[in-house]
Parts: sequence; structure tokens; C-alpha cells
Amino acid sequence: MADNILILDHVSYKYSPGTAYEVTALDDVSLSIKEGEFIGVIGHTGSGKSTLVQHLNGLIKATEGHIYFRGQDIYDKDYDIKELRTQVGMVFQYPEHQLFETTVFKDVQFGPKNQGLDEKEQIKRAYEALGLVGLPEEFYLASPFELSGGQKRRAAIAGVLAMKPAVIILDEPTAGLDPKGRDDILGMISDMHKKRGDTVILVSHSMEDVANYVDRIIVMDSGKPQFDGTPKEVFTHYKQLEAMGLAAPQVTYVMNDLKDAGMSVDTSATTVEEAKNAILASLK
Amino acid sequence: MLRDITLGQYYPANSVLHSLDPRVKLFGTLIFIITLFSASNVILFAAVICVLIGIIKLSHVPFSFMVKGLRSIVVLLIIAGLFNLFLTPGKTLVSFWIFSISDVGLKNAVLMTSRMILLIIGTSIMTLTTTPNQLTDGLEKSLGFMKKAGVPVHEISMMMSIALRFIPILIEETDKIMKAQMARGADFESGGLIKKAKNMVPLLVPLFVSAFRRANDLSFAMEARCYNGGEGRTKMRPLKYTSLDQRAYICIAIYLIVFYSAKVIL
Repeated sequence: MADNILILDHVSYKYSPGTAYEVTALDDVSLSIKEGEFIGVIGHTGSGKSTLVQHLNGLIKATEGHIYFRGQDIYDKDYDIKELRTQVGMVFQYPEHQLFETTVFKDVQFGPKNQGLDEKEQIKRAYEALGLVGLPEEFYLASPFELSGGQKRRAAIAGVLAMKPAVIILDEPTAGLDPKGRDDILGMISDMHKKRGDTVILVSHSMEDVANYVDRIIVMDSGKPQFDGTPKEVFTHYKQLEAMGLAAPQVTYVMNDLKDAGMSVDTSATTVEEAKNAILASLK
Repeated sequence: MLRDITLGQYYPANSVLHSLDPRVKLFGTLIFIITLFSASNVILFAAVICVLIGIIKLSHVPFSFMVKGLRSIVVLLIIAGLFNLFLTPGKTLVSFWIFSISDVGLKNAVLMTSRMILLIIGTSIMTLTTTPNQLTDGLEKSLGFMKKAGVPVHEISMMMSIALRFIPILIEETDKIMKAQMARGADFESGGLIKKAKNMVPLLVPLFVSAFRRANDLSFAMEARCYNGGEGRTKMRPLKYTSLDQRAYICIAIYLIVFYSAKVIL
């Protein structure tokens, strides 16, 4: 078994504590994340999923509890939080809004430059990262503001990848993209995970997005992880998921309806491909 | 971090003051300021303080919120107080080294600082009990007479409400971009002044870009819904006086009359 790379120990977080606006965003969360896992964090708006992942690289400090990265408490006084941020890379929602440099290439270089790497290494990293996200080379020297939405997003993701983090967190990487752009980005993330074997945490409110790619799903609701397991395990609770304002993938509904209608199908299928095979198997 | 900044600092509660028409509150605040600065002796001053305490009680806003507004002007208060204390000529009470405190100076210093404190508390009650939108609505209605003089009152109040509406959005945006750049190893805290200013570039460029994008989107959205200025425009929730507002006006009038007759008599 791989080692735990991140451990959350009874972490709670409150916004504006002690005022009329106090909101408990995280409520006593304990989790462990293993090296090399591909995790999906799911929850509807306001469930605490974004707050949760921002704890993982120390951008938000928990009001209670501890977080350990590779066995070290990140709230220790002499812990280097800047180093942690290069180890746990974070791609925010609409990452294209963070682009600021005159060229795409320089913008991707920004992270490695802050890491204090020498110029040669910075350039090498930027090339690698831009290659990974599949941005065509003719855009490298263009202004980031001239790119299309999907290209901007790729460039922004490259900006985080260039730091070569051990853990990559992506907060709603497909928000605002068309279905093709969505599949492209998710496919790219999945390929990258396979190639580099790094830990990836994908935050989303869409089950469909996540089901096809991840090994493990954590479902957040009112600041707590409600379900935690493989997609198949989690989707068996599709009735409870619905009560939380989330939907299981459409195939889960189809398979359950087929079963209710008297067909002896395996309802654990999460992708269209699996569903097809399950139906064919039951017809034999 | 940035989330904790409050501007326009509305405090939601259910009180008489919250349900008053903003025009009444604007008028009442104006009267309060006038009487505060024309209170020339201890009795009148005490009366103003009593009225203010009553209003604070009515507002259901914790007193600590009003004091918060004072924190930003502490330096100003101290400077104004000290200048009045030491630099006013009059009968010398105490003197040491090159400083001397006169009776008039002491009186002025106390009066000046307490007036400023009361002024801030009094006006902050208005902003704490009135949402920014109500406030601009009230201002637009109250200043409507200036339209005749060619002042674009509606346009100014529209700009004000849009600006107010955008403050929390831009604060949130700043917070987000700051976090995103920090996640890429940007450092906004350490270094000298020039280095700090340079480090702001990754924050300011995206912020400006997004501010312009939002402004552009908003103007399109407004035009798409046929907005063309204040001419002939009606409101979904027009300000209407209720019996509560009438009673409040009567209270203010009584206060004004009693205050000035007391001033003449005393």
C-alpha cells in the first residue's frame, strides 16, 4: 500500500467567527489521502468542498485540528508553508483569471521562478508543462489575453504544473466549458495522472465529470464528508445523494429503473460502456 | 482575511430604525449633527447624548459595532484634542516646559473630541441600520430637487449603487486572485517597499482585467434590458412613507423645537 501523503485530523473551519455572519464551512473533517490516488471531491455549492481543498496547501488555516503533509504538521511554527505550496499545486476555479504576464510562456514560468529555480530549469519546466496540457506551440509567445477560453485554461493549468507539485488540486476545472472542452480537459488530467503517477484531487459538483476518471469519491455535504469510497460504492447511495442535491450519473438511474422493471442487471455500472456490457450480459 | 472587511457595514436586525424610510434617517442624522454642533452648554450636550443613547437602544445593533468605526479616527481624535489642549490661548491652568494648558483649551479639547466621537457614532447608526441600496435610493429622492438645476441625480445615485454593489465582488475577486498567485509561490508580504509594489503586479493586472470585463458585461446587460438613464424610470419598490415614518418625523420636530427653546431659555 502506498503511504499517506496528506492527513486531515479533526479539521474544522468557520468563516467570520464570533460575528453575525459566522458560517461553519468544515465540521470536524478527518481524511487521509494516499500517494498516487486520483480523488474526486463532490458536493453542491456551499458544501465546503472548495474550503476543504484550500486547507490542503495552507491557503486557509483551520480554526481547529491539524493537517499533515508527508507526516509533518503544516501548522508547526517552523514549517515552510511556501515549500508546501509548491508541493501541493492548486488550480482554482476559472484559473484563466490569474493570468497576468505579457506572454503565455512567461506566465507559466512564474511558478518555477518563485521556487527560486535557475533560468534554464524554469524554461525547461515551462516547456514540459505546456506540452502536458497540449497547448500548440504557436501560442507560447502570444499574450495570454489573446487566447480562447479553453486555451487560457490550459495555459493557467500549465502554470501550476510547471512547479512539479506532488499533489495537484483542481477546483472545478471544467466550469464554463462546452462538453468537448470539458472532455478534453478531463482527459488531459487523466492522461497526466497516468503518465506522472502523481496525486490528483478533482473538485466538482458534477458526478458525471468525475465518475469516469477517479478511483475514489469523497462526497461533501454541510461541511462533512458523507460518503467516501470508489465510485461504484458511492453511487449505490444514489437516493441519499439526490437528497443532498447531487445526482448520480444518468446510467445509475437507468440501471436501477431496469432492475425495478424486472431485469436482472448489475446496477453498479458507472459509465455508459459498463452499462452496455451489463445489459448485454443480462440478455444472454 | 479580506472577507472580514466591511464597507457600507450594514448590520441586519429587526428594529424600528431598520424599518424606517431612509429619507427619515437621513433627515434625522442631519438634525442630530446640527444640534450636536449647536449644543453650547453642558445641559444641552447631555440632552444630545441622552437622545443618542435612546437611539442606540432602539437600533438593536451591538454597541461594539459602532465603536469599530471610531478605531480608524483615533489618530485624528488625538491630534485634534492635543492641538486644542495646548495651542488655545486663555487663562493658564497648568504649565510645564514649553507647554501650557489654558481653561479654554481644556474645554475646547474635551468638547471637540466628544463631538467628533458622537458624530461618528451617530452617523454610523444610520449606515448600520440602512442597506447601501436604501441609502442611495433615499439620497436620490431627497436630492431630487437638484434635478431642476441640471444635476444628474439619478445617474449619480446609479453609479453609487453600482459602485457599492461591486465592492464585495471585487474584494472576493482580489482574495481569489491573491490565493491563486500565492498557490504559485507569489509572496505579497515580505520585501521592501519597491519589491512589495513589484509583487503586486500579478495581483493588479488580473484584477483590472476582470474589473473591466465585469463593467463591460454589466453595461451590455443593462442596455439589453433597455436601460437609458433616469428619464421616465419607475421603481419596483418605490419609497413610501408609512405611519411609522410620520411619527418619526414628529419626534424629530419635537426634539428640534425643545432643543432650540431650551437653548434660548438657558
